[in-house]
Amino acid sequence: MTQPTKPASLNVLKPNALPMKERMKVPRQHMLEQPPLERATNFTEVNLGYSEELARREAQRCLECAKPVCTTDCPVGVKVKEFVQLIVAGDFLGAAAKIREDNVLPAITGRVCPQEDHCEGGCLMGKKVEPLGIGYLERFVADYEQRHLDISNLPKAPPTGKKVAIVGSGPSGLTAAGDLIQKGHQVHVFEALHTPGGVLVYGIPEFRLPKQIIREQIDYMRAMGVEFETDVVVGRTVTIDELMEEEGYDAVFIGTGAGLPQFMGIPGEHLNGVYSANEFLTRINLMHAYEFPKYDEPMVDFRGKNVAVIGGGNTALDAIRSALRLGAGKAFILYRRSEAEMPARIEEVNHAKQEGIEFQVLAAPLEFLDDGKGWLAGARCQKMALGEPDASGRRRPVPIEGSEYVIPLAVVVIAIGTSANPIVQSTTPGLATNKRGYIQADEATQKTSRKGVFAGGDIVTGSATVILAMGAGRRAAKAIHEYLTTSGDW
Amino acid sequence: MFKIQHAEFLAPGIKRFVIEAPRIAHKYKPGQFVILRLYEQGERIPITIEHSDPERGTIRIVVQSIGKTTHLLNSLNTGDSILNVVGPLGKPSEIEKFGTVVVMGGGVGTAMAYPTAVALKHAGNRVISIVGARNKELVILERELRESSDVLMITTDDGSYADKGFVTDKLRQLIENGTRIDLVLAIGPVPMMRAVAEMTRKEHIRTIVSLNPIMIDGTGMCGGCRVLVDGKSEFACVDGPEFDAHRVDFSVLVQRNSTYREAERKSMEEFQHDPEKQLEAVHAGQTGACAVEGDGR
Repeated sequence: MTQPTKPASLNVLKPNALPMKERMKVPRQHMLEQPPLERATNFTEVNLGYSEELARREAQRCLECAKPVCTTDCPVGVKVKEFVQLIVAGDFLGAAAKIREDNVLPAITGRVCPQEDHCEGGCLMGKKVEPLGIGYLERFVADYEQRHLDISNLPKAPPTGKKVAIVGSGPSGLTAAGDLIQKGHQVHVFEALHTPGGVLVYGIPEFRLPKQIIREQIDYMRAMGVEFETDVVVGRTVTIDELMEEEGYDAVFIGTGAGLPQFMGIPGEHLNGVYSANEFLTRINLMHAYEFPKYDEPMVDFRGKNVAVIGGGNTALDAIRSALRLGAGKAFILYRRSEAEMPARIEEVNHAKQEGIEFQVLAAPLEFLDDGKGWLAGARCQKMALGEPDASGRRRPVPIEGSEYVIPLAVVVIAIGTSANPIVQSTTPGLATNKRGYIQADEATQKTSRKGVFAGGDIVTGSATVILAMGAGRRAAKAIHEYLTTSGDW
Repeated sequence: MFKIQHAEFLAPGIKRFVIEAPRIAHKYKPGQFVILRLYEQGERIPITIEHSDPERGTIRIVVQSIGKTTHLLNSLNTGDSILNVVGPLGKPSEIEKFGTVVVMGGGVGTAMAYPTAVALKHAGNRVISIVGARNKELVILERELRESSDVLMITTDDGSYADKGFVTDKLRQLIENGTRIDLVLAIGPVPMMRAVAEMTRKEHIRTIVSLNPIMIDGTGMCGGCRVLVDGKSEFACVDGPEFDAHRVDFSVLVQRNSTYREAERKSMEEFQHDPEKQLEAVHAGQTGACAVEGDGR
């Protein structure tokens, strides 16, 4: 791979030639997408990305606000205005480097971040027309960097002699690892599964985040000097105390993720054909069950039959869109509130609808029905109406009497959330948890009750998003660096 | 990569492996298991650890050829490697001085019950071991169990060795003879564990079984290994694998374990059609020909 030489003109940043008043007139540039009916039958990525020309045209729309809300609304504080200006100037590698100052996984966030809740949500342009396509632009420069940057000789910070263990290689762990290695610390990442990446690998499907992208991002981190060790379940294979006392780690970051899948506690959940979203997605994404028998891990064959996913989050949509691609006859989302309360990204909901997913909102299952031989036959459901807001601020679903109905189903996937995985907490004396079992950590520093131990991501907050976990990883890395380079007070 | 330091058949179709896995060897306690994967296209399967040697950094497992993965595994020999071995998983067996403990092993379950029998003996219990096999050839670990038990009883289904009958026949005799039993540990095929549970339920003898549901990650993440215990879902990988036999719904376990029977049959057929080709895939991963990290996509 050769690095393109920078045009001389780029030493001075070429300003955006488009006059300010013209910028709002340029429509938001859309990425090419696979046609819905075509992509509904394959696992290739839905979005196909920007061309260089499209990227520059989109970048020119930026209003270059004096106080960019996009950056303050970003959990990791990406300097959006600056990287977008570099795109306008045609310095795509410079733009990538600018993003990497704050975000070590740009190809991933460019694909899976809910931009409408963060950078694009605050974009001034969005008040009048469509916001700047910040996620699309981030994805473009990250992919450009992957194709053009030689990572064999990345600059390395002078070693500090300090060792940090990262527990879990999901978004928070990778972010913390990436930030810490750039400070010169020795960073070792432990992963319980056989492949690094955590939820990015087992949870998010190929059509939304190709595994190749994750491998490339992890290769990049390896090139930066991060070490990865798979097949280690911290808490079982080795404890936090052993890492610090016997293996000489000066600090530990725990980013073990969301944990145990929740079930509904309704009759029939043990029938064959009832999956948790974690199991369903893990069989597909990590174990390639859809390529059985080329891969050994099987899954229930539901081709031509009905599949329903219970839930309205991104995980629910990932599961049902995967089911559709694997040949489900009809694919339903069953969600007990209305579409307005769905926590999923808008883009995913739209994509799912275009692909032919049927949304049965204001409906919840009461019971899964047995075919008489231990296999799922269907679900008895009940319709709901919206009542007063509950603790989450969303309107509470209230059952409608006499509204019960039955839908025949071959597979049901339960995607209603997770609860804390206790393995690390129960094997680390003195590590404080909250009443739901998640690890207690300081919001600013991610410090736990144990000296030298930090935690962040879903194991602290419960299920959230990739970018929020990355934000926690970033804050932790900053605090770990401070801890390691100062007196080490707690 | 986890190197196989030694491999030998204990009986036809039952092989014992000594595997270099220092971290696991260091942490292992009786009752725990590993999950292993043989090659990039392979499935993840749980296998109980039979023994560990922390000083040498090795663990031992005993594997019976049943499906494709176990057949492939049992084709491996000393010097070969296993791609992934993770553990020790699950809660360790509860080891304390109970008094008189009956340890029952059915078939290859004997190898899983053995380490707990040893630990119970060390804890000061009187250990009565009852092991059963289909026939003489399939009786395993007899010498080891004799050393670690106060009494060893052996049954074979066909009477080709020791006493003809089932392990439950021996348990019934002990109960009928008025032997005081403080705890029963039964590990083996589900019908055997279920029969033991029914027998001890009436006698109010505390009984522990080690369950073997389908599993993927082994850390509680997927929920595939959920078993119905007292009407509630518990995860065998983190809440088990050992459970109070009188609280377990064995019918649900049998039903859920049958989920992939058709797929397993298909896998096995393809494997038997050309076992060499499948074995090559396993060896290819070990020589680095397919050493792509990740899922090989």
